[in-house]
Amino acid sequence: MQFRIVIKSEIGKKKRVLIFLGSIIAALIVSGLFLAFLNLNPFQVYIAMLQGSVGSVYRIEQTIIYAIPLIITSLGVAIAFKMKFWNIGAEGQILMGAFMASYFALNYSFLPRFILLLIMFFAGFIGGAVWGIIPAFFRAKWGTNETIITLMMNYVALKWVVYLQYGPWKDPNAFGFPKIANFAKNAVLPELFGVHIGWIIAVLLTIFVYFFLNRSKKGFEIAVLGESVNTARYAGINIFRTIIFAMVLSGGICGIVGFIEASGVEQTLTKDITGGVGYTAIIIAWLGALKPQWMVLASLLFAILIQGSSYIQSAFGISAYSAQLLEAIVLFFVLGSDFFTRYKLIIDWPSLLRRTKENGK
Amino acid sequence: MITVAFFKAAIIAGIPLLFATLGEIITEKSGHLNLGVEGMMLMGAVIGFQVGYTTNSPLLALLFAAIAGALGALIYAFLTVSLRANQVVSGLALTIFGTGFAGFVGKSLMGMKMTDQFNYFFRDLKIPGLGDIPYLGEIFFNHDIFVYLGYVTAIVLGLYLYNTGKGLNLRAIGENPAAADAASIPITKYKYLHILLGGALCGLGGAYLSLVYVPVWQENITAGRGWIAVALVIFSGWNPYKAIAGAFLFGGLDIIGFRLQGTAIAISQYIFDMAPYVATIVILVLVSLRKSKKNAPPKALSEPYFREER
Repeated sequence: MQFRIVIKSEIGKKKRVLIFLGSIIAALIVSGLFLAFLNLNPFQVYIAMLQGSVGSVYRIEQTIIYAIPLIITSLGVAIAFKMKFWNIGAEGQILMGAFMASYFALNYSFLPRFILLLIMFFAGFIGGAVWGIIPAFFRAKWGTNETIITLMMNYVALKWVVYLQYGPWKDPNAFGFPKIANFAKNAVLPELFGVHIGWIIAVLLTIFVYFFLNRSKKGFEIAVLGESVNTARYAGINIFRTIIFAMVLSGGICGIVGFIEASGVEQTLTKDITGGVGYTAIIIAWLGALKPQWMVLASLLFAILIQGSSYIQSAFGISAYSAQLLEAIVLFFVLGSDFFTRYKLIIDWPSLLRRTKENGK
Repeated sequence: MITVAFFKAAIIAGIPLLFATLGEIITEKSGHLNLGVEGMMLMGAVIGFQVGYTTNSPLLALLFAAIAGALGALIYAFLTVSLRANQVVSGLALTIFGTGFAGFVGKSLMGMKMTDQFNYFFRDLKIPGLGDIPYLGEIFFNHDIFVYLGYVTAIVLGLYLYNTGKGLNLRAIGENPAAADAASIPITKYKYLHILLGGALCGLGGAYLSLVYVPVWQENITAGRGWIAVALVIFSGWNPYKAIAGAFLFGGLDIIGFRLQGTAIAISQYIFDMAPYVATIVILVLVSLRKSKKNAPPKALSEPYFREER
């Protein structure tokens, strides 16, 4: 045997961070090779990405607008992931939240702004929560695989919004163009410091989820259930109720994202309102180890990556999909690097050399 | 509406699902849940199309589509087998990668069409004898060779899994890797080979979409079929033979919305477009309702195996 793998004992925080940074650097190097293959100077591209995302006040604002849905959605899915409930359905939960919020925005715009926005907020929460309860119920009741169900529900929600957009909700004043009417002024989130106030909601939710997961009884129960169903049962935790509760919260928080994006960014409901946030948030939750403070950081990094990619798209003529490729490459490396925090690779050099020599003969 | 032509079209729509489902079955039998099916299908679809478009050779297109799918699976296999990374997240990452890859490579192929000569290769070929059976012959045995390849693959995989020693070894690894290890089955090698084979099949499934089914390159050509395949694996109880039925059932659901257009049924096409996804949910719930030992997933599915941790 030329090499073997042994389990490491607990490693320090410093080393863990070093391994994480190392994997990011490795990912940047591999992506750089890819860029070089396209006849681009990777350093120029990376610098341009930074300039495009944080190079001016306006661009920073744009980057933060990208970061808001990522932060909130990753908070939402993290609650489910803590329970080892693979909620891949954030996309659908966002869409249904946006749908519910839009219903009030389009039909009750005569209400005072604050009241209307408050109603839309809760409508968004409920839309997402309902979309979260359905797979939670099946899982809790019959152990149905939630990964696929939540995913399929994304498509159902998407088709539903497409149906509305091309059918009953189509704006008659849009000259036949399949779009839903823009919201009235009353239904649009106000701005503070150049960014819609979704950022305040994001900050408050981050604090809330932090305390919920770390300090509350319910949060603890969710974590126990995630670690071991049997332990949870012995501890007298009501498993059915905990699963439902966690998914109401998880889906509901994702639904709020739908409200924010519809009201603050698009100012209408469209089928493209999620922009793949639901999937990116899964990665962010994973990268942030389900810890809200790290997830905020990861969201900002990804927002820089996305905003930077859309900038280099016009500056260098790189496909918009390069962002997705970069995301995936970073993710591959971080996933792989986890190995080095848990295991140690011991290479037996003498026997390896002997073996090579024998093969050489 | 429900005519021979409809059933025939359902078979064709089911073929990409069949390949992907078979690929995922063989992967999951080795104990690995690869959620990257959608990504591997897209990689196969775009590479198959690119190669077919430039070389005008159907065989090369299929070969490279399979290789592309397998390369996607190789990333997954390295992460989850060698580095023991989380299988769910690794699979998702692969889907994101595949989507980005297909979008990136496919940008210059947008709206391109295959040549007539190429399409001629995938023309309908009636199987003598079987093709003459009334109704059934037209539905099942008057197709392009890719469809027949799907039938053959399903049957060969079924025979491999249930009637060969190697298939038994593979199932042992998926059920109880420690016991398989003790029986000195080379676990890592088996896992790699079958994950790669699974990826190649997914790549072929994607290639059917881009080369035969559509056959014009368009963005996100798979439209969630990879995920439906993951569900079909559960539906078919990890059995390649049952996967044939499942794939064709969902092929039918896939086209029903389009087929109902302009008929007396006054429901929007967009509502019917939900059918395959809603049906997947319903079927998964039904499957979980009646749990049987025979249709159970491999016991060690998505649990990493590490000899020293026994």
